[in-house]
Order: sequence, then C-alpha cells, then structure tokens
Amino acid sequence: MERNLMVAGFGGQGVMTLGKFLAEATCDSTDMNVTFFPSYGAEQRGGTANCYVVISDEDIGAPLGDSMDDLIVMNDPSLNKFLYKLVSGGTLFINSSIVKSEITRDDIQVVKVPVTEMALEMGNPKVLNIIMLGAYVGYTQVVPENVVWDTIQHKLGKKPKLLPLNKQAFEAGLKIGKEAQNRQ
Amino acid sequence: MARVFMKGCEAIAEAAVRSGCRFFAGYPITPQNEIPEYLARRLPEVGGSFVQGESEVASINMVYGAAQTGTRAMTSSSSCGISLMSEGVSFMASARIPMVYVNVQRGGPGIGAIQPAQQDYAQATRASGNGGFRMMVFAPATVQEAVDMTYAAFDYAQRDRNPVLILADGVLGTIMEPVTLPEMRSQEEVAQLKAQCRPWALVGHDPEKETRSFIAPGNWDTKKQQQKCIDNAALYESWKADVQVEELYLDDAEVVITAYGVSGRIARSAVQNLRREGLKVGLIRPKTVSPFPYESYEKLDFNRVKAILDVEMSIPAQMVTDVELAVKGRCAIETCLHSGGEIMGRAEIMDAARKLCR
Repeated sequence: MERNLMVAGFGGQGVMTLGKFLAEATCDSTDMNVTFFPSYGAEQRGGTANCYVVISDEDIGAPLGDSMDDLIVMNDPSLNKFLYKLVSGGTLFINSSIVKSEITRDDIQVVKVPVTEMALEMGNPKVLNIIMLGAYVGYTQVVPENVVWDTIQHKLGKKPKLLPLNKQAFEAGLKIGKEAQNRQ
Repeated sequence: MARVFMKGCEAIAEAAVRSGCRFFAGYPITPQNEIPEYLARRLPEVGGSFVQGESEVASINMVYGAAQTGTRAMTSSSSCGISLMSEGVSFMASARIPMVYVNVQRGGPGIGAIQPAQQDYAQATRASGNGGFRMMVFAPATVQEAVDMTYAAFDYAQRDRNPVLILADGVLGTIMEPVTLPEMRSQEEVAQLKAQCRPWALVGHDPEKETRSFIAPGNWDTKKQQQKCIDNAALYESWKADVQVEELYLDDAEVVITAYGVSGRIARSAVQNLRREGLKVGLIRPKTVSPFPYESYEKLDFNRVKAILDVEMSIPAQMVTDVELAVKGRCAIETCLHSGGEIMGRAEIMDAARKLCR
C-alpha cells in the first residue's frame, strides 16, 4: 500500500518542516519506506512552496505521486492549483483562516483547521504548521502521535524553550483532527 | 547499522567521507549546495580540507592538485557548472589522476532551470571534456544507491587512476529517504589507501632512493601520446566487467521499459503496477551508464519483445542512442520524455507502455 501526501502553501509557512517531521517520524518508528521531496522556486519567502511525502510498504518509485490521497493546503492559490490532484474519497486539510475559496468538489472529505488564527492566539504565528501536523496525524493516525511528538522534540532539541508552545500547538491540532475523524 | 533519514546530497557527502575523501573544492549551484554545505562542516572533523573556490574552474584545478598527492578528493556541481569543470576533468583523465565528482543534474542547455532534469547523459558518457576520454559513470536511482555508489566510486577511481562521475539529478539531490550508511574507514585505513598511491603520487620522493614521479596531462612525444591513448582505450575496454544493471521480468516481457536515475525508479514502480494489471512489461535500468549494459538488450528475445520504451527526463532523448546501438533495429523503440524541471509522471509511463502492449 502506498499513501501519498502533498503539502502546499507559500514560503515561510513551514510547509517543508511539516512534511519533513512526518516523514522522519515514519522512518524512526516503522520499517516502512518513506520519501520526502521538496519543490520550491529560488525564493526563500513568499514564493510557492510544496512538498510530497510518500509512505509505502514497498520500494517507492515515484516520489511525486500522480494523484494524492491527502492534500494539505495552507493558502488560497494552492487550493485552486492542486485540488484536482486529490483522489476521489481523499482528504483535504485546509488552513481555514485564510483559504476562503469555495471547495468545488463533493467527492472528498474536508478537515478545516484555522491554523493562522490559532497560532496567533498562542502568541507565535510560526507554529501554524505544527498545529496542522497535529490535525493531520490526529485524523489519519498514519503514524502514532507520540512518535511524531518525539521527532518534534528531537528536532527542537537545541531550543528547549520552544517545546511548551509546540506541545500546545501539536495537541490543539490533534484534538481537531480526532474530532473531525469521530464525526465521519 | 540503523537506518537514518537523510537528504540525497548530504548522504552522498557523508558516504564520500566514509570512503576516505579528505579534500573537497567546489562552487555553489542549485540543486547540489547541500553537498558543499555538509562537507564544509564535516571534512574538518576528520582532518580533511574544504575549500569554496572562487569558481568552478578554480575548484576543479584545486581538486587536481590535491588528488595528485594520492589524497582522495572530490567536487560536485550541477549541469552548467559541470561544463565549466570539463577542462580540468579532461586534464585529470589525461594525467590519469583518481577523482570523484558528482553532477546533480538540472534543466539545460545553458543555465537551464534549477529543477531536476537528465539533460547531461551524452556529456557524461561521451564527452565530459576534450580528447575522447571516458570515465565510469554511476547513475543512482535512490539515496541508498547514491551512497553505495559514491563509497565505491573512490575505490574504482583509485584502481583505475581515472576520474569517476556520479550522475545524479535534482530529485535525488533534494529527496530525503531512509538510508543505511556504509562503514566509516578509520584514519589508519585512509592513510594506507593514500600510501598505496605513493609510486605515482607527487609526495616528495627522495631522488637518491626512489624514482621521481612526473605527472603531466599530455606528452610532446607523439609516439608516447599515442601510447597513452592506447593504454587509456584498454582501460575503458576493461570496464565491461564492471557493468551494473537492474533487470526485471525479462523472461516473459513483451514490452521493455528502460530508464536510469530518477526516471529509472519511477519506471520500476510503473512496471510493478502494470504487472498487477497483467501486462507483460519488463525493465532494464542501467546503474552504470558508462560502461553501458548493452548485453541486457542484446540478449532479449526479439521474437517476443515487441517494443522498448525509453524513459528520460531529457528532450531530445539521449540514452536512447545507446539503446539503439544494442537493439540494432530488431524492435521498435519509443520514447516517453519530460524535461525543463518537469518531473516524469508514473501514470504517463504506464499509459505509454499500455499503448505498446496492445
């Protein structure tokens, strides 16, 4: 079985970090194959940024799937650009704080997470990606949540003062993801 | 060894250090910057030297200088940067100096695009500089292969006293995958490997007791220069024994997909999916593109194989010339191509193969 995820947004939203944390947690905790492939322009901030995570129990051939089982969209342009890639029955996760365009498909699940507002309320707009990662893991359970948290902790090892905020962000996301799953 | 999650460029750099590389000079270019970035930190930890040169031309000549002492030396660049290095590579191939370099290919020709492509096949396998020299060229499809091939490349370079090229691409350079790293060679082992180069290396021989070494990238004596070419040709011929190739389902395949590098891994998963559909599709994936696995194609049963599908991220196709040399018109050869930073889609390969199966 192969599971394809695409994360799309603009540079500075932590799109790459979100994908990388998920992929690394998969490598650390399972014997599954996993690839993380980033795609971005020459800009560091403001340009389009997206990444692809493939998790499979076989060798991974295509690090960019032709279609996505899951799509995380962090801004409006990405929704318009990539919605067609989602398979029928797939799940769309949107940053509902700023993605305001109409979702033009009814053959998919939609999980709305207002990550920009939530992060601002927590006092640091940068943790929006960790909230979304929590929501994704809470909803899909693709990797155990404690393993993902271990990876986040490990990655933030040099900046321990950021841990409480990231824990709050991750748990808030998990809660939304799990609630959305329970409504299914 | 536990597997670790690493970016292709960084894994290549670590594999080089573990194989005994102690010198790197290079100049930044996307999408290979993580190789020099990693080595800038890593090489000093093992007593090696890292230099960010003022240009590709300067860098390759610094590598030439370091490698002449028997130190395991490397550089890396991408496409247009590799072109700038071609003079130094040709000089090293002429002087018969071991060296490893990595081309993390991007779009071309010219400055092209910073995104992944496979536009440098002909340059890598036929003419990486003037003078008709050849090199062993490895074409990894996964980060694990990139690591294993880089590690081995230094040994091949030293065995042959010749440059070796790792022909990677922007996907492999930037992708992250789990990888098992090869064993780290001890400082003693690295010193021994360097000592083995002493007979030819420029290390300050005592003229009273030893033969002085003399290294030159050419010869004014025409007979000696011709002999150099004859010796080189014999070396290139000997690589037939070093061919590496992955073959899948060739026993009953009616359509054979062929591809290398990133296209090779996508093609392999296309073949697996087509097999699940019951289609008799096979795969030939060259892991060395020089020496090229001509025999894999020559031994196909052309009474059964209807067509070969050549898949490359190059327009026009380039590897197809080598495929044609082996197939000699015995079946149709079609292509499935992308370039310019547009990455090959598995579904497209599958569509193209399905058409040929009909």
